[in-house]
Parts: sequence; structure tokens; C-alpha cells
Amino acid sequence: MAKILKKEVLTPQMKLMVVEAPWVAKKAKPGQFVILRVNEEGERIPLTIADFDPLLGTVTIIFQEVGKTTMMLGELNEGDAILDFVGPLGREIEEKYFGHVVCVGGGVGIAPTYPKAKALKACGNRVTSIIGARTASLLFWEDKMRAVSDVLYVTTDDGTYGEKGFVTHVLGRILRSEKVDLVVAVGPVMMMKMVSLLAKDHGVPVLVSLNPIMVDGTGMCGCCRVTVDGQCRFTCVDGPVFDGWKVDFDELLKRQRTYLEEERRALDLYLAEKAKEEVTHGF
Amino acid sequence: MASDRLFGRPKMPQRPVSERVRDFFEVPLGLPEDVAIAEARRCLQCKKPSCVKGCPVEIDIPGFVALLAQGKFDEAIAKIKEKNSLPAICGRVCPQEDQCEKECVLGKKGQPIAIGYLERFLADYEREKGVKTPPLPSPVPRKVAVIGSGPAGLTCAGELAKMGYQVTIFEALHAPGGVLIYGIPEFRLPKAIVRQEVEYVQSLGVEIQVNAVIGKTFTLDDLRDAGYEAFFIGTGAGLPYFLNIPGENLNGIYSANEFLTRSNLMKAYLFPRYDTPIKVGRRVAVIGGGNVAMDAARTALRLGAEEVCLVYRRTKKEMPARIEEVERAEEEGVNCIILTTPVRFIGNENGWVTGMECIQMELGEPDESGRRRPVPVPGSEFVIPVDTVVVAIGQGPNPLLLQTIKGLALNKRGYIVADPETGATNLRGVFAGGDIVTGAATVISAMGAGKRAARAIDRFFKDPDSFPQWR
Repeated sequence: MAKILKKEVLTPQMKLMVVEAPWVAKKAKPGQFVILRVNEEGERIPLTIADFDPLLGTVTIIFQEVGKTTMMLGELNEGDAILDFVGPLGREIEEKYFGHVVCVGGGVGIAPTYPKAKALKACGNRVTSIIGARTASLLFWEDKMRAVSDVLYVTTDDGTYGEKGFVTHVLGRILRSEKVDLVVAVGPVMMMKMVSLLAKDHGVPVLVSLNPIMVDGTGMCGCCRVTVDGQCRFTCVDGPVFDGWKVDFDELLKRQRTYLEEERRALDLYLAEKAKEEVTHGF
Repeated sequence: MASDRLFGRPKMPQRPVSERVRDFFEVPLGLPEDVAIAEARRCLQCKKPSCVKGCPVEIDIPGFVALLAQGKFDEAIAKIKEKNSLPAICGRVCPQEDQCEKECVLGKKGQPIAIGYLERFLADYEREKGVKTPPLPSPVPRKVAVIGSGPAGLTCAGELAKMGYQVTIFEALHAPGGVLIYGIPEFRLPKAIVRQEVEYVQSLGVEIQVNAVIGKTFTLDDLRDAGYEAFFIGTGAGLPYFLNIPGENLNGIYSANEFLTRSNLMKAYLFPRYDTPIKVGRRVAVIGGGNVAMDAARTALRLGAEEVCLVYRRTKKEMPARIEEVERAEEEGVNCIILTTPVRFIGNENGWVTGMECIQMELGEPDESGRRRPVPVPGSEFVIPVDTVVVAIGQGPNPLLLQTIKGLALNKRGYIVADPETGATNLRGVFAGGDIVTGAATVISAMGAGKRAARAIDRFFKDPDSFPQWR
């Protein structure tokens, strides 16, 4: 059981929770993730660690309510507990001096970008960050990202805030005009693919953080397998950080869609159940 | 000798195929009391019983069978429990035909005593009555960490607790039981039984900490700092092997571990009441010939598959699965395609598997396992249409924990090198047993290793210099 100490609504569908998990906090490194389960009937879902404090014994998670599990998680409040909370899992990113690092975070991927930017900044790197979202109301943590970056660019697809366009537009501009030693990208698979192609064109290495479907998260099931450089790798133990030049993103995209139908069905049932409850309470 | 004595072995009553094949309830029903007693009376009570030699935990088989024959069920189960603390599990999943029953003298000219059925009968009798916790010794203030809560870990922890030691089991998943929970399906080993056996071990004073991934959440050194003085590693063989052939990452292709974990641990067979989904199409192919393959095939049928085939590269004779399990799978409609192996998977534009190209095999010269090596027949390729594939070709050691223990000696296949008698590894105070030492084997052999390690850990506390490897 992991107690929720703080809950924040970042955007209408995006929530932040600070969770009491001293053992996880003590061992966590940037790039690692946790697996959680909300209730006895619940599934195990992986969430990247967005921040952690070993002294306070807390781990911060940020999630977008896209399905039943994340919605149920979002309904928990301060003082409630998450049934299972296990980690830190996966490998961390290498914390060392690369030179000029560009950190790119898209959508909910801004959250896991933050601890990486922070760690890389602490290693003496010059950190340029680009964060982007579909629209202004979906943006969060601009201030936190700014605090760990030498320069911060913000984009929205619709131009409601910052620069209009995709993160890749800004990245392309930077790659054309400045010397970049490493790109770090977290976000939707399509974004990570485009970032990787762009950086590869300029000969700049990319580290991406993959988010496939997982079950145990400890290398036991192989559900999260991805093809990297023609080799089958398990994201949960070999990743989640991989060389973006070598990841088969198209395969990952397809594998992420495996349970679309079932996810839809579970969500519909859940929403119907909730609607029924509301009606009952109304009386 | 009367032919009843030689050939009177009872058949296990089981649920009819038509009824059982669409649900997950247990298939064999257990022997009725009178049949169990009659079977026990068939035992010759050999002076030098060879059956005991066939048992990895050396249960006094003639002893418990004699008590059963006299109707002394409480005494009989107590006799089993002197050596085996998980009889309800062993009575169900042990391959008795390769162990105790194989050695039974009656089997030479007739049919061996159904030792496994009798063990199950007594364990079920006791469970229905309510299991009593034995009197516990006064506590010994020495802490032992057991890593993994499968059969090896549970046994080791239970034995140490009975000696008074302070034992904590660390389990990576959210529920204890290891392979008994995530691997073996409900219809072969009801989870209520596993839970009860786990609760029994807890009643002996063992603490179980779930969601603790040793190597990630805690290292062995962290545990040492927390006061643990001896360690037992029983993490099993949990790394799934894949075929490494083209198309293996297509949607609809599962490792047996994933398929069974979704169904057993996560209860995907109860979706949408449980949230974890599982996809089973109309046509399912399971690759492999072991018990895990049989479990996967029978699970697929119960999840609604219309056709399930089992593709195995050797013949039925070489299948590592228990004969009983192969028979049950076939009865239920699993179609065994032997001397065949897949060479590539074929998918559609959405990335879903639609077919499996196979090649026929023939048996050549014996390989290092003593079984004849399957050799492909050139030009014999053919395609099996499939919607779902389960790869059940074996498991290896999960390196997650092992790579974080500095200096731990592993063999070239990645398993821990441990003394077969004591489980002692090359590191002082660190013991290991079960599949993580031997490679994928049986529940009972893991339990045997857990038990021997418990005895050795006791010796380590009393006479630490008696281990030559740590001097």
C-alpha cells in the first residue's frame, strides 16, 4: 500500500500524485518507472517516475486519464492508498557530461523528461528543453522545466500558447543552428519516431523512453518486447531507455494497439457503472 | 498374487470433457474415501521401500499408506507433513509416474500404488477439517531472508520458521506463490489451495513482503544492513525463451509466461470483471511439448478458442509433459501436431499474426539430452492459419537479481552454482535452490532443495565454519 500525500490536477485529464514509497524513492534514478495496481481486480500498469525525494521518501507520478485504470487512479484522493506500488524498475539514463543536451517532452511525456533534464543539468551539461502539447490547457510543469534548463522552448499544436507547431519544428531549427551532443525524448511514439529521424539526419544520438504494454515489469513475461537494432529486447529490464536510431517504432505502435477493443469495452462498462451510481446518489 | 492386488489401481474420477472444457474449475475430483482405503490396502508394505527413494523429499510413503489403510487419516497426513508441508499441491502437480510410483514394486508386474492420489486425498481431508498450526518452538533471534515465494522459498521459509528463526519472504509480484500462482492454471491447481498453503506458512510466523523486487527495491546488501544474516534465493526460472524467428513480435504472439500470467495471476479469464485483458482468437497454436504447453493449450480452449493445436518438434514419446496432462489435453480437443517446428510468422497490415509457416522434422541421432535430435525435412514447409500463438519452449534464469549480487558464481547458462546437498553458493551465508539452480524442473524438486537449504542454514547458524567453501 502506498499512501497518496498530495494530489494536483494539472490539466483536466492530467493528474499528479505524490506518493509515500520510501524504498522506491531511496533507489529511484531518472528514467526508471514503477508498476501499480489500484484494486484487487485491477491491472498492473507502468508509470514513469516524474520526480522523487529520497529524504522525504516520496515518489511523484503524473498520468493522463485515458482508460479505466488511470481513471480509477484519478479518483483516489489525498489520504487514500494505492494497493500495489512496486519499483523502481528498468534502467536509469546515464548521468554524465555529454556537452549540449536537448530534452524533448511531448504531452504527458513532459513529466518523465523532467528528472532526466534535472540530472543532466546537475552533471554540468548545457540543457536546452522543448516541451509541447496539443493545446495550452494540456501544458504543465513549464516552470519546473525552466528551472532545470538553460533555454526552454514551448510549443502547442494549435498555437494557443508558445510557438505554434510541433516540438520537432523547434528541434529541427536547433539542430540546424547549434552543435548538439545528445537528444533525449519522451512522449507519444510518433513524436519519438520523428525526433529520432530528425536527430539521425544530423548525426546526433537520441535516447528515447519507450512505453509499451507491460504485465509484471521484471522481465518475466516478454509482453513489452521491442525490436532494437534487429534484436528482441524487453523494455522493462533492458530499457525503457533505448537508442532512438535503432528502435522499430512502427512495430511498437502496432503492439500498443493490441488491446484497443478490450480497453474500450472496459472503459464503456466503467463509465456506464459510474453514470448509474450518480443517478442513484441523485435520488 | 491376486490380480486385484496387482491391477486394482483406481482411476481418478474427473469431470466430463463437455462440462470442464469451458470453465476453469478443477478437473480431477479426488478419490472417495472407500476407494482410497482400498488402494492403500493394496500396498505391499515393503521392508525396504523403493518408493521412498523416488521421492525428492523422502516422505515415509509406506508409513502414511498403512495409516490411511487403517482409516487413521489424521495420523496419516501428519506422517506426510513430517517431510512435506505442501501435500495438497504435491498431490496434484507432482509427476509421481517419474518418481515414487515409478519405483513401486507392484509396478514391475502390475500397476503401482496411486501414491499421488492418496496424498491428495489426505491433504484434502485435512483442508476440509481445517489445518492446525503445529506448536512452535521458542523464537531464535536470527533473521533469514528468503527471496521468491514459489515452492522452494515457501518450503525453506516454513522449515526455518519451525526451527524458530525469524524469516521474511520477499516477493516481486503482488501475490505470493510464484509459479503456483502465476503459472499453473486454476483447473489444475485451485488458487484457494495455494492461498491456504501460503497462510499455513504465515501461521508458522513467516512474514511475506510482496512488491519487493530484490535487486531493484532492495539489494542483498540492504538486507544485510537490515540485520539479515542468511539468504535463500529461490527466484525460479522466469525468463521466457522465444524462438527468434521472423515475425515473432506480431500482435497475438505470447510467451507462455505472459499468456498464463494474464490468465492465472491477473485473472484475465474473468475479464471484464477483472481489468486485465487477454486475446484468444478462433485458432490457437501452442509451441512446445511440456506441462507449460499443455497448460497454455487447455487455457486457450477454456478462453473460447475453437481450434487449439500443439506444435512439437519431436514425437509424443519425447514430450516432457506428464502423460496424464497430454491425455487430458487431447481429450479436451487439443490437436497435437508432432515432428513440426515453426520457421516464421506471417502477419497482416495491422501487425496481427495470421499464419505460421512450419517445417516437418524427422528424428536423427540422439543429442546431449539423450533424445533423438529433430532434423528439418527440406521442402516440407506448410502454413498453419492462426489468430493466436503461445510460445512455450522453456524458461531461463531471470538475470534481474543475479546481476546485482557482486561475485555470485553462475554457470555458463546463467544459473546459480550451488552445492546440491546444502544449497550453499560461493558467497558466505547465501544459499540457493529450485529452478534458479537446476533450470526448469518440478515443484517437488524445488521443495526438496528448499528443505535441504533450511537444514543447511540452521547448521550455518550453529556451526558457521562447517562450510568448507567459505573458509
